[in-house]
Amino acid sequence: MRRRFFAYPYILWMLALILLPMAVIIFYAFTTGEAGGNRFTLSYIIKIFDMLNIRILLRSVWLSLLATAVCLVVAYPVAYILSRIPSRKTPFLYVLFVVPMWMNFLLRTYAWMILLDMNGLVNRFLVMLGFGRVQLMYNMSAVVFGMIYNFLPFMILPIYTMLLKIPAELVEAAQDLGADDGRVFWRVVFPLSLPGVVSGVTMVFIPGITTFAISRLLGGSQFMLFGDLIENQFILLQDWHFGSALSLMMMVLVFVCMAVSSGFDKETKGGALI
Amino acid sequence: MKKSICVVLTLLFVLPAFAACGTSSNPSGDSPDKMKLYVLNWGDYIDEDVLAEFISGHPEIEMHYDTTTSNEEMLIQVQNESSIYDLCVPSDYMISKMVKMDLLQPLDFSQIPNFENIDPAFLGKEFDPENRYSVPYLWGTVGIVYNKTMVSEPVDSWEILWDPDYSKQIIMYDSIRDSMAVALKKLGYSMNSTDPDQIAQAEAELIRQKPLVLAYLVDDIRERMISGSAAFGVMYAGDAITCIEENPDLEYVIPKEGSNVWFDNAVLLKRSQNAEAAHIFINYLCDAEVARRNSEYIGYSTPNKAAMEMMDDWNEDPIFNPPKEVVDRCEAYVDLGDAISLYNDAWLRIKGQ
Repeated sequence: MRRRFFAYPYILWMLALILLPMAVIIFYAFTTGEAGGNRFTLSYIIKIFDMLNIRILLRSVWLSLLATAVCLVVAYPVAYILSRIPSRKTPFLYVLFVVPMWMNFLLRTYAWMILLDMNGLVNRFLVMLGFGRVQLMYNMSAVVFGMIYNFLPFMILPIYTMLLKIPAELVEAAQDLGADDGRVFWRVVFPLSLPGVVSGVTMVFIPGITTFAISRLLGGSQFMLFGDLIENQFILLQDWHFGSALSLMMMVLVFVCMAVSSGFDKETKGGALI
Repeated sequence: MKKSICVVLTLLFVLPAFAACGTSSNPSGDSPDKMKLYVLNWGDYIDEDVLAEFISGHPEIEMHYDTTTSNEEMLIQVQNESSIYDLCVPSDYMISKMVKMDLLQPLDFSQIPNFENIDPAFLGKEFDPENRYSVPYLWGTVGIVYNKTMVSEPVDSWEILWDPDYSKQIIMYDSIRDSMAVALKKLGYSMNSTDPDQIAQAEAELIRQKPLVLAYLVDDIRERMISGSAAFGVMYAGDAITCIEENPDLEYVIPKEGSNVWFDNAVLLKRSQNAEAAHIFINYLCDAEVARRNSEYIGYSTPNKAAMEMMDDWNEDPIFNPPKEVVDRCEAYVDLGDAISLYNDAWLRIKGQ
């Protein structure tokens, strides 16, 4: 009884701020705003599959995949090294990776705008070394870079935690049985860390496809992403119905990604047992 | 029974938090004899000292001053039935929209003696032909800011923003009307065109231009032009003055095809509870000295003739005080009604490319 009481604030919170808005989105997505009141319509859902919107969606998915891939390649070695370091040093290094996450991502992105500006630190450094100034902002790479920078900790942490959990005995056993370092890594450590990789990929890819603002700030609004498209519908065009339909599409995508990753998760866990 | 007590306790715990959100805008010290005045203006659009002096000079008025970022947001804030605002400062086309929506009430000019300071050239405009609803506050133009060290040829036409020599050197204004206006004017059409064919041509022009564009920005244009990130930027005249002060290599030009001239006027809302206080504030804004200080602080041009007479050095600046023939080439936005959806759709196709 007592325990249940503590759940009420959260249940209320969930009802008011998660389930209710979702219901509103679904309601708006399937009704028409035109005169005559709230009639059921599929026209907004059909409109999602317009070539333009699909192209924007594919761009979001592609950039997100790129960012996820780079994050994985960068994060795995970092997490691995971190997990091998004697434990008295790790708190300090751990904090180094986590501290940026405490700051709002918009602030961090604004900081990058100052660094990458034509008169920014990076360009001043280039000039000092005798190179010319380069336009570093307002291209697709800058957008992907912004995503990588913002999401990297979300890739490192789950992999790191998973690697820590691997019992040292397993590695030692493999070495006893004559496996060299490469073999130990690929046959023992890597497969056991896969659940961490999967949750890292999910935690980067999903925020990646829903990204907005980064493309506006670092990409100069040239590369509209799905998140920007939704924002435009609500703020600029005041079309709540189509905006809701697009949001619904986004939610479906996120749920699909999560289902795939949790399926994957179970599979690898099962595999790890054998 | 226990369960229901839990629910009640939870509600007691959570509801005050929500209730607090609703009432936070109300002043803490309610004094019934004070006139309350709710003003909605643009951000950084008044000299803070001028505002402070009004508040200290009028102890009978309790001032609530809020700011917003676009005409569309301003409309949302004042059209709501629970809107508390007495006074706002929308632009030309939004004024006609607000008149059409019956959101405004006519001003009582006998309570605004300083209105005589306003230059008659800024009265009788299309959005308020009989001067019933609005009092001019500030005005300005839109043009091209360019960096003289990066551009050798003369800049006098919107065409230059389509010149492949300046690929990735062009910053466009990230707003539907302002970007479409550039393309429509380049093609020789009105920036208020509702002809689907002309709008489609403008869309095609902007899509053709997109590979040359470095970025579509709003406030950041100033920073990027000052730092020399681009050769050209579409900009408001008042911002251009600020930029040129920071970087003398910059120059502002109103293209020969014409451009946008805009007027921000103070209007009184129909739902206003304190028309008297609103009139006192409007009259204060029309005071020559107040208008001069506001104009110099913000950098935008003032329609206040008496203020202009006090601003000799500013008057000589053709950006601040453009010659009449230049202004005559320019066009003000009008409310497009339902045709705005043609612009919206075109803009999404351009940006989504």
